[in-house]
Amino acid sequence: MSEEKHFISGNDAIAMGVRLSRPHVISAYPITPQTIVVERLSEMAEDGSLDAEFMHVESEHSAMSAAMGVSAVGARAFTATSSQGLLYMAEGLFYASGGRFPIVMMNGNRALALPWSIYGDQSDSLGLLNSGWIQVYVEDAQEALDMVIQAYKIAEHKKVLTPFMVNLDGFILTHTYELVSVPKQEIVDKFLPPFTTVNKMDFERPMNMGMSTSPKDNLEYKYQQHRAVMDSVQVIKDVDKEYEELFGRGYGGLIKSYRIEDAEAVLIVLGSITGTVKVVVDKMRADGHKVGVIKIRYMRPFPEEELLEECSHIKSIGVIDKNISFGYEGTVFTHVNSAIAKSGFSPFIMNFIAGLGGKDISKSHIEGMFMTLLEGDKKKNKVQFVGMGVQINE
Amino acid sequence: MDRPKVKKWKRPTHIDEYSTGPSFEAGHLVDVHSGWRTFKPVVDLDKCIGCLKCYLVCPDGAVIRTEKKIDFEYDFCKGCGVCAKICPVDAITMIKETK
Repeated sequence: MSEEKHFISGNDAIAMGVRLSRPHVISAYPITPQTIVVERLSEMAEDGSLDAEFMHVESEHSAMSAAMGVSAVGARAFTATSSQGLLYMAEGLFYASGGRFPIVMMNGNRALALPWSIYGDQSDSLGLLNSGWIQVYVEDAQEALDMVIQAYKIAEHKKVLTPFMVNLDGFILTHTYELVSVPKQEIVDKFLPPFTTVNKMDFERPMNMGMSTSPKDNLEYKYQQHRAVMDSVQVIKDVDKEYEELFGRGYGGLIKSYRIEDAEAVLIVLGSITGTVKVVVDKMRADGHKVGVIKIRYMRPFPEEELLEECSHIKSIGVIDKNISFGYEGTVFTHVNSAIAKSGFSPFIMNFIAGLGGKDISKSHIEGMFMTLLEGDKKKNKVQFVGMGVQINE
Repeated sequence: MDRPKVKKWKRPTHIDEYSTGPSFEAGHLVDVHSGWRTFKPVVDLDKCIGCLKCYLVCPDGAVIRTEKKIDFEYDFCKGCGVCAKICPVDAITMIKETK
């Protein structure tokens, strides 16, 4: 069955994916670069094409609190935010995951103040990796739309019941227009059944919801959360497979590799930069350099097993981090290193901090990273800032 | 008076016996006075004038009216001592619990 094609932005794609997922309530506060998602959804609720309540909340903290209430009565909730807004709802993020409310949220990846910046990097969501949410990073508008629909199916799975964050690089994905295939509603309905919950706020069957525990039972609930996110690994793969069968598009589970079979040097990346790296890989391959790229799609659950399967033959591994944990290194690098350390193989590793606050990561930057990996100069500082406009003493 | 139902809490022995998230069936108690009580009120009915001030102030509704003025529902009394404090004729004494 052929799908309709629309020329839309990443934000529009998210809104269309949300409408197809039939949420009951949207509670959101607008923030650059996510604003268009909220605008489109409020228009859809107004014109009746989306049968949902749109709550104009006064803050992101309220947006998340309302979403938990929605989820608690067994309804489907959606919210969206970015950057400072995500930080403002941080308390709610942990609450939602602990309460096992399968809320789906779009996050437009944007730098954190100070310096104030509306431009993209991934400091916001990576700074909240420990919030108990599943985190996916998409590469284009099509994946953004498809992942909203998949997100509900994964989050609401009985073994998972964990909130789900769909991350889009601010502006690069949120505001760029692409041709996007929009699935048919009847097939989405077949794929995504209505949400039912074990903990329903219900007059007929009163419950104490979101309670405290004594120290005796706290660890057990946290273990339960951990197990749920670990269990989501298989659910993510199954859901993607089912999605591919129905809609003809699959994204390959937790990571996606490109030309790494015989690669000597590989860059590990998240999100929209993947496309540019692929272009560089093709060019360098044509020049005889054996290079490849691995896109990490999910940071939670972290694809340790998949990464090790793909990486164990590679001599040189670089990680591009669009964030930094000041005083140490990029967050993705820390994760990749932990996986490598547990496996016992020891490639040459480098961390490239790039693209902070919307700084361009150019093809020549990426080529430079690959050359550093191929040359493998072990004396070099493992954490390099790429694209600095001034000299620094290192 | 309608007393809360007591439904004993059985500690889980396997992780799957825990609820999904800290949400539980409501509308019952899992224990009587939660084992907090260290002093219990005892009334001297010869002194008691039946003014029912203790009945009004008891935060747990654990003072009950009887034909012989008042008595206590020890299953739900947490031993706060408000009844002894309010009693205008010192008819209520708090006595240390011995177990």
